[in-house]
Amino acid sequence: MIEMKSVAYSYGEELLSELNVSISQGSFYFLTGPSGSGKTTFLKMCYGSLNPTSGELNVFSRDISELSRDEIAYLRRKIGVVHQDCQFLDHLNVADNIALPIMVSAQNSLSDSVNLKELLNWVGLSHRAKALPPELSGGERQRAALARAIIMSPDVILADEPTGNIDWEMSQRLIRLLIELNHMGKTIVIATHDLNLIRFTKASVQARVLRISNKTVQLAGSDL
Amino acid sequence: MVGMKNILLPDRYVNQVVPTNGFTTLLTFFTSASMAFLIVFSVAISFAADRLAHSWSDSLANSATLRVSAPKADLESQTEAALNVLSNTKGIASFRLLKEEEQQALLEPWFGPKVPINNLPMPRLISIEEDENGYDRAGLRLRLAAEVPSAVLDDHTRWRQPLIKAAYRIWFLGWLSIGLIFFIVIAMMVLVTRAALSSNRKVIEVLRLVGATDQYIAAAFVRKFAFRAFFGSALGAMLASITLFLLPSEVDQTAVLLGLRLEGLEWSWLIVVPLSFFVMTFLTARISSLSILKSLT
Repeated sequence: MIEMKSVAYSYGEELLSELNVSISQGSFYFLTGPSGSGKTTFLKMCYGSLNPTSGELNVFSRDISELSRDEIAYLRRKIGVVHQDCQFLDHLNVADNIALPIMVSAQNSLSDSVNLKELLNWVGLSHRAKALPPELSGGERQRAALARAIIMSPDVILADEPTGNIDWEMSQRLIRLLIELNHMGKTIVIATHDLNLIRFTKASVQARVLRISNKTVQLAGSDL
Repeated sequence: MVGMKNILLPDRYVNQVVPTNGFTTLLTFFTSASMAFLIVFSVAISFAADRLAHSWSDSLANSATLRVSAPKADLESQTEAALNVLSNTKGIASFRLLKEEEQQALLEPWFGPKVPINNLPMPRLISIEEDENGYDRAGLRLRLAAEVPSAVLDDHTRWRQPLIKAAYRIWFLGWLSIGLIFFIVIAMMVLVTRAALSSNRKVIEVLRLVGATDQYIAAAFVRKFAFRAFFGSALGAMLASITLFLLPSEVDQTAVLLGLRLEGLEWSWLIVVPLSFFVMTFLTARISSLSILKSLT
């Protein structure tokens, strides 16, 4: 599903190098490492926001560096992304923000996709459907972001520090939703430095941990 | 095609994904209205100048005036002789001695009404209309010089040509103004699009994150601009037509802007202007937004 062969990325100075990773369908991965180690860059490469400076990155068996701008847009419809800062359109209400991926994909109705009401209910935001994003709490924003990420029923969900701004109780609630999605067969990749969250998740699902260290990624052992 | 589809089909989301910015909305709307107002006026000026040039060209091209200036004692006989020459000249369809009242009317703009021209050493004027073959101007002048030395033939060429030239220059300037105004509209749209895209970087990031193509994002912006420009220019064109309608008519001899109006098919410009604004702003905003989006990674 996501395969990296000797991938490197450089912002002038090399940040990541010799990444050899293979993430298969239905797996659950954590990506850890200190701040600034390249976790966000790793995820951005996976959804085509950044192109590797060298190496080969295949997503859904397609070399991402060979995709056109439109093809990258179509690729993103198959990948749900949850950001730490959520990134909503502040002038649209929660329901409209969640439905945004469906609308931009030129499906002018919600009938063929996930029922929006059910989705809002699933993430516990039915009562906040008409609220504007700035009116939401940190946890509500993260759940709304998750709902938006999965509305297109993507095969992969990439979450960048999804619990960074929320309390432990809300973090558990969010991770349970992600575990539920993994049980549905979705591939989950979460970038985090919260070890408690990783331990909590590993108690419920077989999650593997990728650690970024010395510019490269290694599969962490059972010490986590 | 996607851009055109998105702009023509009602899609609540395409309208909503870009927040309404009061400043750019007003700027696009009122600039379009002002420019459309100026375009309709320039069109009216051009058409008026064109009509004037044609009228001078057509109505004066086949006419001439014979002026007989002689001492009062000889004036009648000289006039008779001149009329006699004209009656024997081939190519002249008709000629007519202007009445005293008509000559008085000609002088009225300079001397005021009821001037006793009987007491003035006034020449007699004969209006000449040539037929389709025309007459031999040089031959007539020679005959007049021999038989009526006090007569001067004025075939209007001397003052008609500069007037026609001036009218055509006004016509050209009118169209040049229209071209410049359209150029300004295009420049304005490029700047407005650039400003709107810069101030909505976050919106673009979010839309890209959820899988929007550049065409979709461009359509969201372009749609707003194109409709604002259309409605603004429609308002401007309408106000211009009302203003033209309220201008003094040609019948009113005191009016300065004689003939400044639209006639017949020329009124279709009131539809052409808003439509061309729509097409122009659509194309300009689309090309510039796609080019800007391409440069935004």
